[in-house]
Order: sequence, then C-alpha cells, then structure tokens
Amino acid sequence: MDALTDNFDLILKGFLETLKLLLSSGVLALVLGTLIGVFRLSPVPILRGTAIAYVTIFRNTPLLVLILLAIYGLPQLGIDFGFFWNITLAMGVYTASFVTEAIRSGVNGIPLGQAEAARSIGMPFGMTMTQVLLPQAFRLVVPPLASVFIALTKNTSLAAGFGVAEATFRLKGLLNDYATERIAIFVGIAVGYIIIVELISLGAHLFERKYAVTR
Amino acid sequence: MSSVLFDVPGPRAARRHRIIGIATVIAVIAIIGAVIWKFQAEGQLTYAKWEPFFTPSLIQLLLKGLAWTILAGALAIVFAVPLGMVLGVAKLSDHRIIRWPAWLFVEFFRAVPLLMLIIFIWSMQGFPLDTIFPLVLGLLLYNGSVLAEVVRAGINAVPVGQAEAAYALGLRKHQVMRIILLPQAIKIMLPSFISQCIVALKDTSLGFYILAPGLTFAGREIYKTFQNYLQTAIVLAVVYIILNLLLGLLGEWLQRRFGGESKIQMVGDVVRAQPEGATARA
Repeated sequence: MDALTDNFDLILKGFLETLKLLLSSGVLALVLGTLIGVFRLSPVPILRGTAIAYVTIFRNTPLLVLILLAIYGLPQLGIDFGFFWNITLAMGVYTASFVTEAIRSGVNGIPLGQAEAARSIGMPFGMTMTQVLLPQAFRLVVPPLASVFIALTKNTSLAAGFGVAEATFRLKGLLNDYATERIAIFVGIAVGYIIIVELISLGAHLFERKYAVTR
Repeated sequence: MSSVLFDVPGPRAARRHRIIGIATVIAVIAIIGAVIWKFQAEGQLTYAKWEPFFTPSLIQLLLKGLAWTILAGALAIVFAVPLGMVLGVAKLSDHRIIRWPAWLFVEFFRAVPLLMLIIFIWSMQGFPLDTIFPLVLGLLLYNGSVLAEVVRAGINAVPVGQAEAAYALGLRKHQVMRIILLPQAIKIMLPSFISQCIVALKDTSLGFYILAPGLTFAGREIYKTFQNYLQTAIVLAVVYIILNLLLGLLGEWLQRRFGGESKIQMVGDVVRAQPEGATARA
C-alpha cells in the first residue's frame, strides 16, 4: 500500500486534472452537441443532413485519432492552444456527436400522442412545446446523457500519452516505480474513476427520480 | 414529414425552410473552403505531404496495420461474446454466490477506463504473442462486461409468459434459459451487439499506447518519418469511418435477416422494444 499512501497527493493531483478535462470537454460537448442535436431534429432537411454527416464522421473515428489530429496536426495549421486545450477540443468534438444522438433518442422517446393531445385541446405551437414536449424531453434525455458523460470520464484517460498529467498518466508512472505493488496501484486508481462514474450516475438517478415522467 | 416537434410546413414555413437550407449549404461550403484555404496557406496540400499514401510499400504498411486491427478486434469480440453470455446469465442466477461475483466483475470492468486496464495488463509483462495480447485481453474483459449487461437486458426483455409456458411444460431452469430465453434474447440484442463491435474496433486503436501493432500504430511510423501529421490523421480517420460504416451495414443486414419483426416504432425511428434495454444504455 506504500505506493498509494506515499503518492496520495500525486494521485489526487492526477484526478484533479482528470476532472478539469472532464469539465472542459463536457461543457464543449454539451454546447456543440445540443446545437447539432437541434439541427438533427429540425424540419429543414439540409440541416438534418449536416447534423447526420457530423455524427457519422465523428462517431466513427476513434478518439485517439482525433487527439492525434488535434495535438500534432492542428499546430501545423497554426492552431495551437497547448496540449490541454487541444485535447479538450478533440474530446469535445468527439463527445458532441454522442450528445447529439442522446438528445435525439431522448426526444424521440416522446409518444406522438402527447403532441397530438396538446394540439387537440387547442394549444398553440409554443405552448405545446413549453408545456408538454420540452419538460418530457429534458427528463428522457437525462439517462442517455449520463451514459455519455460516464464514457467521457473514462475517455479522458486517453490524454495520458500527450503531456496531460491526469490519473492514468500517474498510474503509468507508479506502475514503473513500484513494480511489486502493481495490483494495489491499479485497483486504487480504478476506485478513483469508479467514484467519479458513480457520482455521475447517482446524480442522473436522483434527477430522474425527482422528475420521473409517469405514464 | 411530421413529427412531435413540427407540423407539415405550409407555404410560408416551406419558404423559410428553403432559405435556412440554402444558408446552411453556403455555411458548410464556406467552412470547407476555409479549411482548404488554410491547408493551402500552411503548405499542407503539397504532394510531398500526401505522397506516402500513394507509395506501395507504405500502403502495404498501413494494410498490415489494418489486418492487425481487424484481428485484434475480431479476437476480442469472438471471446467477449461467450464471456458476456456467461456473465449475463450468471447475473440473473437465483444463487447469491454466483450473482454477486458476476455483478462485481461486470461493474468493475465496465467502470475502469479501458486504456488503464490495457496499460496495467501490459505492465505485468511476460506474455506470449507480444504486445497484441494485453490489448486483446483488455478489450475482451471490457467488452465482455458490457455485453453481459446487454445479455441481461435482452433476457429480461423476453416476455415473461415465454418462461412461464416453458416451466408449465416441465422444462428445467437451464433448459428454459438455453432453449427458450437465450435464442429470443439474441434477436433483441442484435443492434446493441453490432454497435459494441464498432466500439471494439475503434478501441483497438488504444494499442497505440503500448506499441501494439495496428492501424494507428502504422500511422505513427508514417507521420514520424514524413512529419505529415495532419494528412496521416485524416487518412486514418477515413479508413476507420469506412470500416465502421461497413460494419454498420453488415449489422443492418443481420438485423433484417435474423432480427425478426420485434421492432416497435416510436416517434422517429428509435427501437424501444427493450424496456430498460440497450437503447437506454448505449
């Protein structure tokens, strides 16, 4: 256990970096993904097509390739915000495609009858939207969005090879320094990730329970 | 087309949609144009930068990497399926002593970042078959755990009456599972299974970190030699996208061929046949 206790502050620092990465790329993914999600659901076919193209391209490319592109490729175009922000960019753009799909699947989960019922009692479009559809959409979107953010948490580990000293980077270093305690180090850092993942799913669960759609 | 979100457009709305559509086209063309201009301005379109991808020996290098990538992905999935089946069924066991370890196993390997797992296995060293082994083992443990959840959800999505009828006929517990539940669950699982194959194929790129042979690793050799980072990354991305789209097409074909008619259409085209199944989880 020496490896863990002696280097506790180092590991903590690593997770702080992990959280920073999670937060920055998460916000980017949410903003971009929601925008493209709106495109994806819009009545204009060309907007929908653009959104589909975006999702197809970025969902089918490995995140690692996007990181390589952002870290080594973009600087060649003179676009260089430093390791951290270029990786954030890659992760945000990648995760945005999953956010888009999560939003789409969430909104698509609303039965058509809800909108028909709203219209049949004479609600105008704006009211149908704000009173009937959006409140349900928000709740339905939460579980798939939580999955996306859990995946993002684990994906932040990909920054380890590129000069961001987050948790998996620390793991790599400790595995080298304490050859006899590899299992303890692995499990210890794994627990850190599990805590973050569980917090996200707990948050989603609480939200869901509080605002559950009863049908 | 109508949906929950909007009506069939009238003449004014149709005109507005046309205008937005044209604006989108212009914006997209402008973005692509700006990218090409930037590439040109920074000298990234020169033939020297792209030449490696027209050189037979380097194409061969990439193809070899591609073969490794497909091999690693295929091995991982082939072994992950039985693992997932066993774990999924074990999670549904009536015996706590089987249920609990399976639950712990699945939860652990699902929550741990795959890269971390691979690096850890790699650090144990002394493996046969070189660096491809830690990669495949990591992929196998992770995908097996994810598939366990898919299997469990699939079995739970089979109507209860099916099992009840089987018990009524006098079938035993394992017979009900093997003959009645699993075959039906597999049909329900099919879409999530295919998307998991795509995930596994993309994740083989993580072999890069432990220098395991593969497509991304082959790309590394090229950009290290020719300093053409942008071009290499773009080529790699295109290859992966094509590969995954092909896999997706295969999945659609399988779904049509074997998936049966259990599709329930909700608004849009989301299959929600499984109550808490794959679509909510994926």
